[in-house]
Amino acid sequence: MATSIQNISLSGKKKQVSNKEMTFWERLYLVAIIKGLLITIKHFFRKKATIHYPEQVREFSPVYRGKHTLKRDEQGRENCTACGLCALTCPAEAITMKAAERKKGEEHLYREEKYAEIYEINMLRCIFCGLCEEACPKDAIYLTISKELVPAQYDREDFIYGKDKLVMPLEVAMANTQKLN
Amino acid sequence: MDSALIIEKSIFIVVVFAVTMLMAMYSTWAERKVAAFLQDRVGPNRAGWGGLLQPLADGLKLFAKEEFEPNTPNKFLFFVGPGIAMATALITSAVIPWGDKLELFGRTIQLQATDIDVSILYVFGVVSVGVYGIMIGGWASNNKFSLMGAVRAASQMVSYEVAMGLSIIALLMMSGSLSLHDITVQQHGMNWNIWYQPVGFLIFLICAFAETNRTPFDLAECESELIGGYHTEYSSMKMGFYLFAEYANMFISSTLISVLYFGGYNYPGMDWVGTNWGTNAATLLGIGALFAKICFFIFFYMWVRWTIPRFRYDQLMNLGWKILIPLSIINIMITGVCILAFK
Ligand code: SF4
Ligand code: SF4
Repeated sequence: MATSIQNISLSGKKKQVSNKEMTFWERLYLVAIIKGLLITIKHFFRKKATIHYPEQVREFSPVYRGKHTLKRDEQGRENCTACGLCALTCPAEAITMKAAERKKGEEHLYREEKYAEIYEINMLRCIFCGLCEEACPKDAIYLTISKELVPAQYDREDFIYGKDKLVMPLEVAMANTQKLN
Repeated sequence: MDSALIIEKSIFIVVVFAVTMLMAMYSTWAERKVAAFLQDRVGPNRAGWGGLLQPLADGLKLFAKEEFEPNTPNKFLFFVGPGIAMATALITSAVIPWGDKLELFGRTIQLQATDIDVSILYVFGVVSVGVYGIMIGGWASNNKFSLMGAVRAASQMVSYEVAMGLSIIALLMMSGSLSLHDITVQQHGMNWNIWYQPVGFLIFLICAFAETNRTPFDLAECESELIGGYHTEYSSMKMGFYLFAEYANMFISSTLISVLYFGGYNYPGMDWVGTNWGTNAATLLGIGALFAKICFFIFFYMWVRWTIPRFRYDQLMNLGWKILIPLSIINIMITGVCILAFK
């Protein structure tokens, strides 16, 4: 018979189902049970798929969205200007911030004249959609560069991440700059 | 009866009790490990080396849980249920011959709590009382799901006890004795009953699965239909008792299978060991052999659990009444003919 649509098996596992009477041996189930037992015992000796999490970490893909990072520029200044676009776009309403004006002598700390004095993300609300990253006009927030997961905690308060946990450490920013030059 | 005998028996009984508890405890650990390994996982591995302290942690957790009591008119029965389940699971071990003789402090110690000459009947009697633990617990819970589970457990046990008893009769016709001690002695060396009674063994094995409420016959507590079955309303250590009783039952029935069909403490070459290394060494090796067999059957219980899906209720009843009972009757007849022809 020519290949009609009924005979194509994309997965290669297609099986015709039939309603025929079971034979005596099939009705005893014993053969099938022994076959099943052999299959399961094979898995007993297989290599385990488990990744022992805190000690071992899974490799992340380059676009994996993990913990947020507030970026610094090449001179180590914070990018964020507290415009609030990320908070506005966030579907989970996870971001809050408080803006402050940059004083004289703080030019080496903040790139723009206005900066975020408080910047908090509630990691229990965040759905890691990455819309904050898309909304940011200043290239300030990224989910893809930390390559970290938000770890489990015992208290809800511990899931509110402030600037201490979000801003990229200065050394990393410096190392990045050196890599560029 | 002299006092030394009483002391000796008391110590022995305490040891057997402790070992049964320990085996039940570590069966829970083994169950989780085996389940994990059969599913390509590693199982509990944080509490102690390889998760070996996990049963202790589980026990501690159960003790610390709130003791919840449903609004039931049968507070007393609700309380008694788990106790009956646990007690019946434990007293079966009284008649099991754990080993041959040990010679200690100039005394010969028989490693069996009591050698009554109807020990098989005793075991069957106790096992059938065991269903009351589940029945009473399920009924006193005042919960439809629990009652359903209890009813299922009762009818399942009643049905399978018939086939189980019939499969044992063929064995008793061969051995000519109801005493587990005599049956074990007759299987000296490699002369195990499994070579003579393969069909009887198969029937007994299937019935043992049904009697202990293990998958594929765990309809009394099937989570997908009955939440937790008969122990839905139980919490804290009462729940722990039910689960513990289940594992203790599993241990006892594995022991029974080993004793009845796989020679108990007998192992090939035991005479040689007895004459060359002394009786005590032979006996200790015998205990080791018995426990190896028991552990294999406990593993087998778990292995089957993670292989075969649960039976439907009508399939369960069909298998019990229409296949196993006729099969065991045929087995009895064939055994009878063979005994007449060869002995
Ligand atoms: S990733 Fe999505 S949910 Fe999380 S803070 Fe950004 S916008 Fe909000
Ligand atoms: S992170 Fe970006 S979008 Fe959010 S406040 Fe700062 S500059 Fe604006």
